[in-house]
Amino acid sequence: MESISKELKVSALENGTVLDHIPAENVYKALDILNLKGIENQITIGINLNSKLYGKKGIIKIADRFFEDDELNKLALIAPHATVNIIRNFQVVEKKQLTMPDRIEGIASCMNPKCITNHQPVKTKFSVVNENGKISLVCHYCEKQSEIIFK
Amino acid sequence: MMKKSLISIQDFSKEEILHVLEVAKEFEKNRSRNILEGKVIACIFFEPSTRTRLSFETAVNRLGAKVIGFSDASNTSVSKGETLKDTIKMVSNYVDMIIMRHPLEGSSRYASEVSSVPVVNAGDGANQHPSQTLLDMYSIMQTQGKLDGLTINMVGDLKYGRTTHSLLQAMSHFDTEFIFTAPDELKMPVEYKDFLKEKGIRYTETDSLEEHLNDCDILYMTRVQQERFTDPMEYEKVKNVYRLDASMLKNVRPGMKILHPLPRVNEIDQDVDDTPYAYYFKQAENGLYVRMAIISCLLGYR
Repeated sequence: MESISKELKVSALENGTVLDHIPAENVYKALDILNLKGIENQITIGINLNSKLYGKKGIIKIADRFFEDDELNKLALIAPHATVNIIRNFQVVEKKQLTMPDRIEGIASCMNPKCITNHQPVKTKFSVVNENGKISLVCHYCEKQSEIIFK
Repeated sequence: MMKKSLISIQDFSKEEILHVLEVAKEFEKNRSRNILEGKVIACIFFEPSTRTRLSFETAVNRLGAKVIGFSDASNTSVSKGETLKDTIKMVSNYVDMIIMRHPLEGSSRYASEVSSVPVVNAGDGANQHPSQTLLDMYSIMQTQGKLDGLTINMVGDLKYGRTTHSLLQAMSHFDTEFIFTAPDELKMPVEYKDFLKEKGIRYTETDSLEEHLNDCDILYMTRVQQERFTDPMEYEKVKNVYRLDASMLKNVRPGMKILHPLPRVNEIDQDVDDTPYAYYFKQAENGLYVRMAIISCLLGYR
């Protein structure tokens, strides 16, 4: 059984990207952050899969789609321990860890109700602050520091 | 010197701050200089202000440039729903510099990104007001003869008071010791105390105005600003928490000066005005020289 389930989870992809070890509750956010809603590629999503390391995990497999590191690193905000597998011809040709980005644009909202970004069509920009593993954002515009709020 | 915008006091290095303060000294000696003749500068105020607007407009006039602008957004296209971006794009095509006040935080930073000319932030909501910080520093330098080795006692609303936050950031370039005098409800936020710790700068906290009155060089008083409170009950509790009067000043340091960004309500009694320690009106006057310096430095004329 073990070998069958392994095959179903990972090797079904001929070419594409497998994002593994996403916290189960953040899988939908990950789809948002990578802008995967509405694309035509075949996407397989697993949520609440058993994981020896994390208890429950999520996995996203996207066929025929490869990402720039900058795009993938945004995921570190919600899945710092995620792994990225690049699949070509059913083989894992590359395995990557994510790096926390210094700055992010567009994907989060500022929590300050008086911030210009919440009143005018301004693309949000934040610098990422990592204080002993606790991630927060400092707004480039109003200079307020807050937790991450996704759009 | 530097063709750029002034949005946050953190945009200026220690050297740039000192340069602006030196240039301000020149203007204090001679306040009418036509070095910007032929320039046009926009003062666009989306929110009411007396002191800041009048001193900026005076500074522009005394430098020989012309002022255009508005002091109330309700008579402009903003009331028709024009975005800030469009207003700034349009104005920056007409002028050599934009001086702007706006109630939304971060609005000036955004304006500087869409403008083709330098933008000076004259206050963006509760966020930044860098010309106030520079005039505070100028007043400290002029009264104490130095910026290093001073003890600054900040009093009043240290939670919402943007002037205290910016002054703290700017003075962290120098060897400063801080005293924070505030009631529990209005204490200096943790992020600023952490900032000082990181920089190795000493501070003490108290809720008693008397406690450290006699061991500071600068007493920086602030008003408890009603407009920053969301809960009126909270405001009522703290609005009259500190009142300084002349009888309390008997044992202060001889060179101690009292600063206040103004307007004051009743945190400083009128009988303090005639003591040698009162400096707040002269401080407001200094705003003119410092703003002349900011404008001419940002336009590359000093």
